[in-house]
Amino acid sequence: MVDVGTIAVYRRLIGARVRSDFGFRASFAFRLVSACVITGLDFAVIAVVFTKIGRLGGWRFSEVAYLYGACGVAFSVAETWIGGVDYLAVRIKQGTFDRVLVRPMSALGQLATEEFALRRIGKLFQAGAVLVAALVAIPVQWTTGRILMVPVTIAAGAVIYGAVWVATAAISFWTVDANELGNALTYGGNYLTQYPITIYSAWLRRLLAFVVPMAFVGYFPSLYVLGRTAPSERFGLPSVVMFSSPVVAAAACAVASAIWRVGLRRYRSTGS
Amino acid sequence: MAQIELVDVVKEYSVWHRAGRVRRQRKLVRAVDRISLSVAEGELCGYIGPNGAGKSTTVKMLTGIIVPTSGRIRVAGKDPQRQRIELARRIGVVFGQRTQLWWDLPLADSFDLLRHVYRVPHDRHRANVNAFIDLLDLGPFMQTPVRQLSLGQRMRGDLTAALLHDPEILYLDEPTIGLDVVSKARVREFLASVNRDRGVTVLLTTHDLTDVERLCTRLVVIDHGRLIHDGTVAEIKSRFGDHRTVVVDLEEAGPPLEVAGAEVVGVDGPRQWLRFDRQATTAAAVVAAVAEQAALRDIAIEEPDIEDVVRRIYSGDAASTPDLRDDPSRA
Ligand SMILES: Nc1ncnc2c1ncn2[C@@H]1O[C@H](COP(=O)(O)OP(=O)(O)OP(=O)(O)O)[C@@H](O)[C@H]1O
Ligand SMILES: [Mg+2]
Repeated sequence: MVDVGTIAVYRRLIGARVRSDFGFRASFAFRLVSACVITGLDFAVIAVVFTKIGRLGGWRFSEVAYLYGACGVAFSVAETWIGGVDYLAVRIKQGTFDRVLVRPMSALGQLATEEFALRRIGKLFQAGAVLVAALVAIPVQWTTGRILMVPVTIAAGAVIYGAVWVATAAISFWTVDANELGNALTYGGNYLTQYPITIYSAWLRRLLAFVVPMAFVGYFPSLYVLGRTAPSERFGLPSVVMFSSPVVAAAACAVASAIWRVGLRRYRSTGS
Repeated sequence: MAQIELVDVVKEYSVWHRAGRVRRQRKLVRAVDRISLSVAEGELCGYIGPNGAGKSTTVKMLTGIIVPTSGRIRVAGKDPQRQRIELARRIGVVFGQRTQLWWDLPLADSFDLLRHVYRVPHDRHRANVNAFIDLLDLGPFMQTPVRQLSLGQRMRGDLTAALLHDPEILYLDEPTIGLDVVSKARVREFLASVNRDRGVTVLLTTHDLTDVERLCTRLVVIDHGRLIHDGTVAEIKSRFGDHRTVVVDLEEAGPPLEVAGAEVVGVDGPRQWLRFDRQATTAAAVVAAVAEQAALRDIAIEEPDIEDVVRRIYSGDAASTPDLRDDPSRA
């Protein structure tokens, strides 16, 4: 389905988008820098917290930094590649969503590439730097399993974030007024996953573990990488959840694509 | 074989109404109401109707943008929504109100992107672009960003964009909207040649009836979502245009004449327009009656033009009930 040719076309669509962004070079540079600064700020908050306390939910600073970095990288990969679907509501209202449906390509793929924004990559640099520093600092015995788990965490995490992104954007097919809800789940979800979920109340933990599967992005696989106690002791969940991120990612994709497809059939265009 | 086929197609939109301060009520709007239609390969079919008749809704269903509420649609034998991507390679669409082009890119770049999107071989693309540059005179603004183009220039760009992948079927939703007389003529000539030389099946929606007269072999009229006429332009004239107008130039200006079976619809000095029903009387009888009342200098008989006919259909003057199309005596 997605062959080399298709990818080449998407690359061109992204290229076209970036070229027209560069037409407004000053504002582009400004937005890239401000994206770095803003995302840097929430890590600064974590650092400040740790100057007052030694542990957060039983986790050291370097461990929370690892969680933050892994989630941040996964999130920014998803944001860069699929975050454009946020514009669905705007495009529906403007009536410019119709044109992607006229062309012989996936509507989702076109939306994501046409609304590609290079500035979203800002967070990748910032979170990547934190991740590298944390990997050096965390006091674990590196085994092959743990080393492999790091890229698996990031890849599966990016897919889960992407799925949540698509599913929440698709709400716009039902109502174009609920865009904020989607942002609350994606950006808010990322914010929550930066911390060990043990610090949250029970209902929020359950929400993150089972409904919006954000706990599988960072927390569960990180338990394995960091060599911490298995989740069974706190959640009554089997240890296998530490390794199930890829499965959850696949399931999240299936759910998101079903929601998208049902939504697309409900799409009603505009009157003029 | 029918390229475009609609069987009993219905499209309903649910809209929310305010009913009181906060309470809202759901109402169903039937934009397309049991339309059946079949367009053969190579036809150039006009699809007209007053504002809100359901034309754009029909085109969107044919494109696969929206799904019909009920009924069956086949375009080139395929279901437009389920087989949207497959079909998109074989159809071209122009929504006159809205561009399909990349807003910030020059036309040349948009065309180049479309070559990749539709996977058109390089040579074929070059040949097409060059042909369209010639036919539509795009040369002077190929390097201008789309957002800086005038409406007429943009429309010509959109027409080209819709045809670069050699579609078999072309839907045009008001392609001449807002164009000046010269541009309109050029677009019409272009469409005629696309239909004739490339054998493209065309469904044309427009409010400009000159488009229809110049281009269409067939005319479909809808109103309130219902099909009210389907036939040639000549047929619609003879079916709904059962009135003629006699224009008489009298020796002297006078009050409106009184002629049995005819009605004075205009007076301009010594010139008067008398409209009569062909079923009720004849031009000869009207002229004879006028000659009895006043000295005649000149006479002319006006055939109804398409504008008149369609105005009468839209305003409900003509017997435009939907079941009329089943009445063989009028067809
Ligand atoms: N997205 C929509 N949501 C709700 N109602 C709609 C929508 N699109 C169209 N309608 C309604 O459906 C009816 C038909 O609209 P449509 O746009 O198909 O008319 P049209 O024949 O193209 O008219 P025009 O000549 O003004 O372009 C109208 O009553 C319109 O209000
Ligand atoms: Mg319309």
